Amino acid sequence: MFIINCPYCGEREQSEFKAGGEAHIVRPKQPTELSDDEWAEYLFMRKNIKGVQFERWVHTHGCRKWFNVVRDTSNDVIKAVYKMGEKPPTK
Amino acid sequence: MYRIKSGGLINRNKELNFSFNGKNFVGYEGDTLSSALLGNGIHLVGRSFKYHRPRGIFSSGSEEPSALVQLEEKNFTEPNIRATTVKLYDGLVSNSQNHVGSLSWDFMRINDYLSTFLSAGFYYKTFMWPKAFWEKVYEPIIRNAAGLGKLSKESDPSKYDKGYLHCDLLVIGAGPAGLYSALIAARTGAKIIVVDEDFILGGSFNGENININDNICSDWVKSILSELNSLKNVRLMSSTTLYGSFDHGIYGALEVKSYNSKNTITKPRHILWKIYSKFSVLCTGALERSILFENNDLPGIMLSKSVRHYCNRWGVIPGNNISIYTNNDDGWETAKDLKKAGCNVVCIIDQRSNIKPPIENIDHILGRNIVKAKGNLRISSIKLDNGRIINTDCLAVSGGYNPNLHLTCHQRGKPKWNEVNHCFVPHNPPKTMEVIGAANGLFNHEEMFNDSKIKLTKILRNLGFRKIAVEKVNISKKVYQISPFPKKIPEGKIWVDLQNDVTVKDIKLAVHEGFHSVELLKRYTTLGMATDQGKNSNVLGLSVLSLIKNKTMHEVGTTIFRPPFTPVPIGAFAGRSRGKHFKPFRLTPSHNWAKSNNAVFVEAGNWLRAQWYPIKGEKTWRESVDREVIQTRNNVGICDVTTLGKIDIKGKDSGAFLNFVYANNFGKLPVGKVRYGLMLRDDGIAFDDGTTARFSENHFVMTTTTANAVTVFRHLEFCKQCLKPDWDVHLISTTDHWAQFAIAGPKSRKLLQEICDPKIDISNDKFPFMACAKITVLEGIPARLFRISFSGELAYEIAVPRRYADFFVKKISEIGKKYSLVPYGTEALGVMRIEKGHAAGNELNGQTTAHNLGLGKMVSKLNDCVGNTMSERDELNKDDALKLVGFIPTNKKQQLVAGSHFIEKGQIANLENDQGWMSSVAFSPMLNHSIGLGYIKRGNQRYGEKVNAVNPLKNEITEVEIHSPHFYDPEGELLRG
Ligand SMILES: [Zn+2]
Repeated sequence: MFIINCPYCGEREQSEFKAGGEAHIVRPKQPTELSDDEWAEYLFMRKNIKGVQFERWVHTHGCRKWFNVVRDTSNDVIKAVYKMGEKPPTK
Repeated sequence: MYRIKSGGLINRNKELNFSFNGKNFVGYEGDTLSSALLGNGIHLVGRSFKYHRPRGIFSSGSEEPSALVQLEEKNFTEPNIRATTVKLYDGLVSNSQNHVGSLSWDFMRINDYLSTFLSAGFYYKTFMWPKAFWEKVYEPIIRNAAGLGKLSKESDPSKYDKGYLHCDLLVIGAGPAGLYSALIAARTGAKIIVVDEDFILGGSFNGENININDNICSDWVKSILSELNSLKNVRLMSSTTLYGSFDHGIYGALEVKSYNSKNTITKPRHILWKIYSKFSVLCTGALERSILFENNDLPGIMLSKSVRHYCNRWGVIPGNNISIYTNNDDGWETAKDLKKAGCNVVCIIDQRSNIKPPIENIDHILGRNIVKAKGNLRISSIKLDNGRIINTDCLAVSGGYNPNLHLTCHQRGKPKWNEVNHCFVPHNPPKTMEVIGAANGLFNHEEMFNDSKIKLTKILRNLGFRKIAVEKVNISKKVYQISPFPKKIPEGKIWVDLQNDVTVKDIKLAVHEGFHSVELLKRYTTLGMATDQGKNSNVLGLSVLSLIKNKTMHEVGTTIFRPPFTPVPIGAFAGRSRGKHFKPFRLTPSHNWAKSNNAVFVEAGNWLRAQWYPIKGEKTWRESVDREVIQTRNNVGICDVTTLGKIDIKGKDSGAFLNFVYANNFGKLPVGKVRYGLMLRDDGIAFDDGTTARFSENHFVMTTTTANAVTVFRHLEFCKQCLKPDWDVHLISTTDHWAQFAIAGPKSRKLLQEICDPKIDISNDKFPFMACAKITVLEGIPARLFRISFSGELAYEIAVPRRYADFFVKKISEIGKKYSLVPYGTEALGVMRIEKGHAAGNELNGQTTAHNLGLGKMVSKLNDCVGNTMSERDELNKDDALKLVGFIPTNKKQQLVAGSHFIEKGQIANLENDQGWMSSVAFSPMLNHSIGLGYIKRGNQRYGEKVNAVNPLKNEITEVEIHSPHFYDPEGELLRG
């Protein structure tokens, strides 16, 4: 139970959102040229960090926008939110 | 004489009748159930958890471990209600708990004499052997003997509700620190909420006899409350307990509106609040603890501050000859107030020897300990360590104060031991919480007021509010000095946890058996695990542990407190979401029409859909379904298919987008045409299917399966926003906006021609199979017409704006009479699609691929689309891969069973020989026997072969023939006709 600051709507209850896993997973530009291992990496391998993690969330019961969240998975403190396509904060 | 003539915060002109154990009593407005009981001379209110020892009223607040009652009767009853927290009302019915026979003669008292068997860890060891005995013999006996109140086992007829609140500052606790903080904050204009568990605000000041600004402190409370009440930015909430502190300044609170069963059917009994705060101040004060001596659990032994509050707030003197036992200055305040109220104070025994009596004119004994209390159902005397015996019928005990810091721990705060006041104080509370006053270990009022002023100034500045001056509070300085815990463990039957019946001996035993850490000790002995969560007992238990282990309190540490602070009924968590309201139904636009046509409904996800429409004389569902299928195939049928997900797709790149999200090509779909589309997951597994129509160059309408409507839409949003952010694509779900009906059967065109507005030509030439168009029907109603067929018949789907749905469906059934139009439900729909070999949810189960479905050729090899590369994984394309095919029983009289597994004839039915499974079955009225769809290895090359369909659940084996999945009109002539 926590609050997420949707970059389009502002602060909303977590229950309005849906988590979409690790952020900045780039879809292969040339899918046919990837090896099976590279595909497996893209499809299945996730960092699952205890601590600060970059994640995708979607405001399902709101504006339906996908965006990025920097969340400490150990205590749910949210360090930053930023839109899709924007550069992740460095600090 | 237990009630004094005047004083306190009760209204002696307003008498309230109530009952306890069937006897009628009278209390006053302003009483709690416990003050009213004590006012009637009743101490004995229950029996203890394990040993069935007599239990009296021990405290005056929510920390009460003993005075648990069964409130109200029949289906309204709730067990384990603390009598100390119930505001008395006229007609209250209460009963004591946990005894066999009468309360004063409990047969289970025998447990007390068998206590060796019920000591620490008794659950874990004594009754473990023989194994079978545990479930059948021991557990039921123990559960029956060791327990508290009883549930009615009926549905609770009371109403519960939920609410959500937002504020700048949440003030938790409306005692002196809370009210003063609230006042400072309120005057700045900040939006504040003040919550307190008591039904009148004021906290300890409602029960103290001290002066502020030369007036009694309860008057100071009144003046602050009247100002706070006049301010629009303040919300005062009494009878509201903050039960949990969650992330990001979110709190859970339970407001008790009424316990009175006369009110709670029409108005909510409790309200569960979720409070969103920018900052909070914890002003929850401190809870007094007991002192260890033999039989310290006898009724009549009470907390000293509670005795004082019963006297000052409720005008109740809980004994005729009261003694006080203390290790700190606060005990003397009780003696003073009791004496002032005209009570006979026998003496005060202070463990400290080297003190100057803080109050004069009271008989006192210094430097002595009580070793034992005596009495049967109530204390009658005490024995000191010098052998002296003092007769007394009530003993007020003050072992010092524990800050009420539970809520600072819910976010992993770990309290620290304070060596001056000998108590745990908050450490690492949540980031947006400040702890003020006694809750922070500050037991001096003057310091407390200064503390709240300094902290509030800072908090408000950070919240962006300017500080406004508050008047200075003049209060007589109150010293709090306390002696440390004794250095010797006392002997005898000494209670640590009154509610869970944990004694000093249990702790000794637990440590002896190796349960050294506090967390293990807690679980092994159940210390602090009862409904009171160890509010009185925890620190006492830790003091014993520290003595046994010869460690400091700091080294011993404390267990973690978790929500809820006090019990929250499940009904409050459920709120209005009970029974059918737990998960609301979505009704199709033709629901009322279907109802008037006698439909039987089925839950399909959130939807309630018509399953079949029985008519007179039909005895089984099969008769109805068979008729619906036959009549549709012979004439025409109508079915509401609104539940299919509908997604409107617009924008210049819509065609490219569909090429990307579907496995097959859509970019080249001509305007005015519909195409079947298969969607894959990125890992190559089939995700969903449906049709998509192109109404113009840049406008498509997609349908999804009912089950995946939400997930497909979310997936498309992901693809658009995260994978193709530069593309001009706009998505919106229109599932609820268009009512859609399938109209199927040889007469469907004739029927539709009648409702289409003139000039609209739907002849086979002008509107062939897989055509779509925007048309008008029934004199100008806009509609979308699709020539698609799930049933295999000449068929259409027509969508009208939802608001016209009821009119539309009534009108078409009226016109349809001459074509023998039949409404059909989801069962007939299912039968017809199985007859046609169409895949549905059973086939798209998240394990199967396009290759399995026989749709491998559809998957684009040219474009990059979601899933196409991975669908070509070798492992998914092996020669012996599963293929979706049809099955018919060799003996046509036999019924097929979905979920059966295919085993080659003559082989043993085991996992190794498993060849696939039956995914869907139906009785085909057209073929007059059972048919099935399923996956079997190389199925498409094995038509005509016979295998066994094995149902291991019932040990049934049915011989089946592998068949084309298209049982009915395999060439598809009908749907193109
Ligand atoms: Zn949003």
